[in-house]
Amino acid sequence: MGKILIRGAKVLGGEPQDVLIDGESIAEVGTGIEAGDAQVIEADGKILLPGLVDLHTHLREPGREDSETVLTGTRAAAVGGYTSVHAMANTFPVADTAGVVEQVWRLGKESGYCDVQPVGAVTVGLEGKKLAELGAMHDSAANVRVFSDDGKCVDDAVIMRRALEYVKAFDGVVAQHAQEPRLTEGAQMNEGVVSAELGLGGWPAVAEESIIARDVLLAEHVGSRVHICHLSTAGSVEIIRWAKSRGIDVTAEVTPHHLLLTDELVRTYNPVYKVNPPLRTERDVMALREALADGTIDIVATDHAPHPHEDKDCEWGAAAMGMVGLETALSVIQHTMVDTGLLTWAQVADRMSVRPAAIGRLAGHGRPVSAGEPANLTLVDSAYRGPVDPAGFASRSRNTPYEGRELPGRVTHTFLRGRATVVDGKLA
Amino acid sequence: MKRHLISAADLSRDDAVLILDTAEEMARVADRPIKKLPTLRGRTVVNLFFEDSTRTRISFEAAAKRLSADVINFSAKGSSVSKGESLKDTALTLEAMGADAVVIRHHDSGAPHRLATSGWIGGSVINAGDGTHEHPTQALLDAFTMRRRLAGGEGDLNGRRITIVGDILHSRVARSNVHLLTTLGAEVTLVAPPTLVPVGVETWPCEVSYDLDAVLAKSDAVMMLRVQRERMNAAFFPTEREYARRYGLDGERMARMPEHAVVMHPGPMNRGMEITAEVADSPRCTAVEQVTNGVSIRMAVMYLLLGGNEPALSTPSTTSTTRTEESK
Repeated sequence: MGKILIRGAKVLGGEPQDVLIDGESIAEVGTGIEAGDAQVIEADGKILLPGLVDLHTHLREPGREDSETVLTGTRAAAVGGYTSVHAMANTFPVADTAGVVEQVWRLGKESGYCDVQPVGAVTVGLEGKKLAELGAMHDSAANVRVFSDDGKCVDDAVIMRRALEYVKAFDGVVAQHAQEPRLTEGAQMNEGVVSAELGLGGWPAVAEESIIARDVLLAEHVGSRVHICHLSTAGSVEIIRWAKSRGIDVTAEVTPHHLLLTDELVRTYNPVYKVNPPLRTERDVMALREALADGTIDIVATDHAPHPHEDKDCEWGAAAMGMVGLETALSVIQHTMVDTGLLTWAQVADRMSVRPAAIGRLAGHGRPVSAGEPANLTLVDSAYRGPVDPAGFASRSRNTPYEGRELPGRVTHTFLRGRATVVDGKLA
Repeated sequence: MKRHLISAADLSRDDAVLILDTAEEMARVADRPIKKLPTLRGRTVVNLFFEDSTRTRISFEAAAKRLSADVINFSAKGSSVSKGESLKDTALTLEAMGADAVVIRHHDSGAPHRLATSGWIGGSVINAGDGTHEHPTQALLDAFTMRRRLAGGEGDLNGRRITIVGDILHSRVARSNVHLLTTLGAEVTLVAPPTLVPVGVETWPCEVSYDLDAVLAKSDAVMMLRVQRERMNAAFFPTEREYARRYGLDGERMARMPEHAVVMHPGPMNRGMEITAEVADSPRCTAVEQVTNGVSIRMAVMYLLLGGNEPALSTPSTTSTTRTEESK
């Protein structure tokens, strides 16, 4: 592997600098670096970020290879500027044993586009009844640190307590999908003005907030850390803010779509807007943006959820929940957070790379852009504007809510340990 | 000209009055020895029912036949393919057979909207009840009945006070009636136990009361909704008897209504639950009349949507809703 010189890149949005990559690492950061025999990439004022890290990705393999595979999902991740993704456990079979997490981990190694860190299920079969072999998954080659029944809530308070306690032995974390099941039976969309009019089953904010309130108190009681997946309501933000002020070791994520879209879109009855947790109101969107800006919400996570066309090309009630997000995440964050002045690019690096890597205890990702660090990098053309065209996605699925919507920013290059996985916006 | 009838909110006052006026003309056809018009000869109307509803289906069938349309009844229940595949594939099949209009009843809210906007079919879509969303022809026949009983059979319902009682949360009839009756100038009050009123109702253009007795004396019409007994098991109310005591209409309560006021029910009735037999069988109850009027209303809707060059529905309404129907 040779040398690559990225010339004139705004590192974390700062003044233009040159970054020399040698082999798998960053050799030098400065101005006027001699190219020598290095291949030169003229960054021309583009933004250089540490490679993005997603704590919440559905790669669907094993079991639903019709919607995504580890290979297609990591290709989509690379296009989106990611160098590491956490693969959620709700596959078929469920990633609740060392065997399954090792398989996913190995498929990630083979793909070569993006590191894949498997997430292990908290309970056997995601059924919420019996703890999965969390220690075995941690001790496996996959070295699992993040455990989640995502898609389902660990609703039994005792099981949740035990999981929170148990994973302390190996510095793990439970990522909770906060959804009180009884309050969301038959739920189809956010419960409020729009659901009342459309006659769709309501998904009350309290179904999310009550679980978060319980879990931060449990985490405090047993002295564990807890991570809350995809916050979607203003009330959830208030609870996290309160918990952090008490010193509870809680982290939280928000998805790009919850920072931009509202339940008004459901009036179209187009299932591309059907997602779990559901799209909420404008007030919630604004509270989530503010919380991501002030650090109450730690990270952006995509909840990339691919589905085959037929699962969205139907009536609302029959449709699957979820949206793809890897290839549009950074654009949505630029649109909602950077262009609005809520976050600097350095803070984007923090929310989309540094902190997710820290929560997942990933070594080698979310590192500073400086000499001696692994060359996991993303180059972003923030001046770009263009409509989202799902036909060009690297993901196997097309269920994006942004089709045709003009969004800013485009990842032109992604480097995984010095190797370009994306060049000029195309997979290398 | 509109091509579909999905929501009562899509109708302007003039649209609605035109439908009611047309239905009056259609009603006169029923008095003729030969109850048939040649208007839709050679056109095909499909009744696509994903939910059992004999009453609504035969009402549409009778209406289409009186307009000389060819009628195909398609009951989609029991299909082994997933619901989503079956709606789209069924739609493509009907399109291939040349359906000019599809009357759809579906258990999912929004299914008729999807059918009309997804590009699967080119014909008109008429919503015959979708999930807990809307049932616009029911609201039209209710308004038609009220106009005859309360407003001399012409114009709108300006200033009439209409009370709708029962399971508002799950009622497509209530949603369509709130839209249509307020469009026609009526003042609507919803009465239900708080558990059966949707969160978000505060933006609806109507009043909400938990006390039936408080509103009876100032109602020109009281519409009793069917309450499904299984709601009791989901803790919406403690027992059938308690529901009947607090929200059921009996003879004593009916006596407190103004003398001219009518009792309505979309059927089928739960006698002894939301309405007593005494009220249901009284001359003030319009339930049977509503069924008769339903045929006239559905004739009018099909005539106006499919009638071609004949006087038809006016230009699309300008209601503030975003739920517009796209022409393809």
